[in-house]
This record gives sequence, C-alpha cells and structure tokens, in this order.
Amino acid sequence: MSTSMLDQLYREVILDHHRHPRGRHELERIDIEESGLNPSCGDEVTLQFELDGDIIKDVAVIGRGCAVSTASGSMLAELVKGKTIEDARKIAEIFKRIMHGDDPPSEMDLGDLEALTGVRQFPVRVKCALLPWVTLLRAAVDASEKRAKVAGGEGEGSANGDG
Amino acid sequence: MSAEKTSQEPPFVWPELSGHFPALQRTVNAHRLVYLDTAATAQKPETVIRAEQAYYRDLNANVHRGIHTLAEEATAAYENCRTRVATLIEAPSPSSVVITRNATAAINLIARGLEHTLKPGDEIVLTEMEHHANLVPWIMLAARNGVVLRHIPITDGGELRLDALKELLSPKTRIVSLVHVSNVLGTINPVAEVAEAAHRAGAIVAVDAAQSVGHMPVSMKELGADLLVFSAHKCYGPMGLGFLAARPDLLDTMEPMEGGGEMINEVFLDRATWAEPPLKFEAGTPNVAAAAAFPAAIDYFENLGLDNVREHERMITQYALEKLAGLPGLVVFGPPDAARRGGLVSFHDPEVHPHDMATLLDQAGVAVRAGHHCAQPLHRRLGVVATTRASFGIYSTREDVDALCEGIRFARRYFS
Repeated sequence: MSTSMLDQLYREVILDHHRHPRGRHELERIDIEESGLNPSCGDEVTLQFELDGDIIKDVAVIGRGCAVSTASGSMLAELVKGKTIEDARKIAEIFKRIMHGDDPPSEMDLGDLEALTGVRQFPVRVKCALLPWVTLLRAAVDASEKRAKVAGGEGEGSANGDG
Repeated sequence: MSAEKTSQEPPFVWPELSGHFPALQRTVNAHRLVYLDTAATAQKPETVIRAEQAYYRDLNANVHRGIHTLAEEATAAYENCRTRVATLIEAPSPSSVVITRNATAAINLIARGLEHTLKPGDEIVLTEMEHHANLVPWIMLAARNGVVLRHIPITDGGELRLDALKELLSPKTRIVSLVHVSNVLGTINPVAEVAEAAHRAGAIVAVDAAQSVGHMPVSMKELGADLLVFSAHKCYGPMGLGFLAARPDLLDTMEPMEGGGEMINEVFLDRATWAEPPLKFEAGTPNVAAAAAFPAAIDYFENLGLDNVREHERMITQYALEKLAGLPGLVVFGPPDAARRGGLVSFHDPEVHPHDMATLLDQAGVAVRAGHHCAQPLHRRLGVVATTRASFGIYSTREDVDALCEGIRFARRYFS
C-alpha cells in the first residue's frame, strides 16, 4: 500500500498533535465559550477562553474528532494562547483562506499549522481542519458583542440587548 | 421425493457480475476499486446506463402531454416503470404508485399529504433507528400542527423493542412509520409484526424500504404496509427517481404537496381541481429518462432472482461479520447474525476515527462511508459520534471484504 499521499495528509507533526492534543482541559474560569459542529460527520469541538482584557490567558479545546480536526484544534490551543482575540481572529481568517486555496503569506509564521496545508489535497477533509478555526471566528464575534454590551450597558441600561 | 427434486435442480451458482458494472472497472489510487458504499448508492449495470441513454437518443419527449409518436412512446415508457414497480413490491395497483424524486421526497409527501387529517395531540410513532429522511419531515409536521412524536426504542444489540411498542400504541396513534432495513445497524425490522399491532390500534403503517427493495424480496402486502417508499438508485437504478406506493384510499385522502402542470383536472384563474392519483402528486416534468431506465435495473436483479440476491448479500455479510470479529477491539453494531441483517456492517474502531479510516481505506481503493449516515439520534443512542460503514451489493465478493480488513489493519498500524 502506497503511503506517500497519506504522509502528505498526516505529516508527523499532525500525528504528534493528534496523539498528544494540547489544551484538552476544562478551564476553571470561562469568559467565552463556543461550540462548533461538523454536520456532515457529527464531529464536535468546544473552545473555552479565559481572558485578561483582550488577551487570551488560557484556552481549552475539547471535543471528539478525527486526527485532522484534533490536530488542528491542538495547534489552535498552542498558537492563540497569549495573543489578543483580534490577533487570533486574524490567524483564523488567514488559515481559512489558505485552506481554500490561497498561498500562505510569507511575512507570517504559521508554526505547526503549516503542516495542515497538505490537507488541501484531500478536499473533503478541509472542513475537518477548519472546524476549530471557524468556531474561533464565532467566538471572536461573541467577544466583540460582549464588549459592546458591557460598553453600552454602562450608560443606557440594556436597551440594545441584541447587540 | 424431496431428494429427487433437489437432484433435478442444480444449486444456483452465483455468477461473476463485476464486469457488468462500468464504474467497477476503474482503479482508485492505483488499486482496484473495492466499492463498499452500495447503501449510499448502488453502482449501475451497463444495461441501465444504456437504457437511460437510449431514452435521450431515441425518445426524448414529455409525458402525458403530446399526441405525437415520441410523446406516446415516452409516456408508455414512464407508465411501464410504474407498472413494473407495482409488481415488484406487490403494490395494490400501478395507479397506487406515485413517482417521486427519491424516497425522501416520498416521505415528505406522506407527511404533507396527511397533515390535514391530523390534529394536535395525535401521535406518530417512529423508531430510534430512523434515517433523517424518516425523522425530519415528521419533526417539521409536529412543529406545524402539534402532533406528538414517539419513538420505539432499540436494544443495545440494535433491534426494536417490541415490548415497548405495546405501550406506545394507543387510540391516539395515527401513523407508525419505520425503516425496513436500518442503514446503520443493518437490522431487518419485523415490519409485519409492528404493522399488525399498529393496525389493531387503528394506525396506518408507512415503511421506508430504501435499503431493502432490490436487495431482498419486498412485498407491501406481506409487510402489511399501507404506504411504502424507496429510491431507484439504491437498487441499481438511476438517481433522481423514487416511489411512494400506497393504499388507493390513502392517496385519495392525501393532499398534493406541489401544484402545477400535469397534476390538475381543471384550472380557472382562481381555483383548480386535482387529477386522480397518482398524477395528482406528480406536478411538473418528472425524470422520465430515469423512469424509462429503471425497468432495466429490475430486470437485472430479477434475472438473478431476489431470493438468490438476498442469499448472496447474507453470505457476504456473514463473512464480513466473521472477519471483522477477528480484529481485536473493533466494535460492530447491529445483530450478530447475518440472517437478521441487510447487506451492510457499521463499526467503530477505538483507535482510528471513521474519517481517518475512510481516508486510509480510500488510499487502498476501498470506498466506505464514514460519519453519522444521516442518523444522528441513532449514533447518540450508540454512544458514538460517527461510524464507518461497509455496505454490499450483488457485485460484492469475499475478496472485497478481505481488502476491507487488510485496510483496517493498515490504518491501525499507521495511527499506532
């Protein structure tokens, strides 16, 4: 059985993240929590963030998924910890574009995430790699809505509850 | 006496069939294609492909509309499909067979069509092992008009709990709708027994036969089904073609779901009257090419004999159950005996996620399905997010099962 194509998909760094996923612990303090579901396969992931102002102080990635989505979530945990929500959101946007065919930007160090670009050769698996990151994008929206609410709530009560 | 008889009839020898299926001739990732996804859609024999092509080449006219020769021939071909299906599944008559887009459309038609006969608090009994196609139309109906959905639970072994059925049925029960052969567990449900109990309670019985027609003898009459649905493409026919067969009085009662051409009797600017069933339910131009080709699929499995087809799939499934049992730790769902199963096996490998399993198997040319197979509630019941499913057809062989097992062993080594 040929393994060369497979090794493109499951690079050693991916297998390592899959076997030893980072950030797989429930947080004690949760400021933002967001769950994502891949409706085509049932895979699910939950992201929890502990924030210090805008900084992601700690992050947890919990869920059940394949090697690709587990590794991607593990890399997410490693990459965004210590960054601002806005920087994490930018990484997610860029990664999403890369997985949909864009070239990786030269000025940016994607770290282990670079290994996931091999998944592009398996189009049906791209959504596995993206599951944790599209969940993060929704969490970022939550965070900005929450901030807007807090800011709005100081003067005007809860008039604009819908954000 | 019986010995004499058997000596005159040589045992049926299963022929090599893969040569009749063009798609099975191709290679995938430099391997012979081992197609184990028949439950998603069956491969088509050359005769079916030719029949669909012949329709467009030689006939191509709209049905029930034209007076010209082509239109008459197209209408005859389309109606021939209806007649053949009625005979195949022992429906009351050809006119009790509605031609739809697929089995899903047929179930939606039942739910919509009977909606006006149901009132809030009426109960519809389904099962825990249904495909989304036999769950979501009822969920939508319940949201619209307040009917209550109840579900026959399953045992850990993946079979219906008939003891619980007794408690679920009541004078409030109006419809019992269940799958004949589960697309995940493989379980062949005792539909006739369920139907008898349902009828005693005054309910009507709808059967989702998407996984059984063309794979075993299926008789509406023997099952006690008042309504039965299936898709052509899962039994070697073309895509875009399904059927609803129903008791004639139910088709009279049912409201059409779609309005338009061909389903009418008389139209005024502000009102219309409907055609008689089945045309009442067939608005717009149907998939005539698919209908013209499906009889070639029926010919194909009837020439083999549906009892022989069933025995072949049972034998392959038994072989798969035995081989998979030899892989330590692998969890196989559904009844342990192939005699109680259709031609498919779903399993869970604690080491390798189904997605990864399917990708690795594909590299070896083995096509399986990974995921929840449109049965999320059932997977929740089984305690897994997803499973890997190998499903078989008339062209499946023991070698296909061997390739599957070798692929699983390879996947396990790869991820260890």
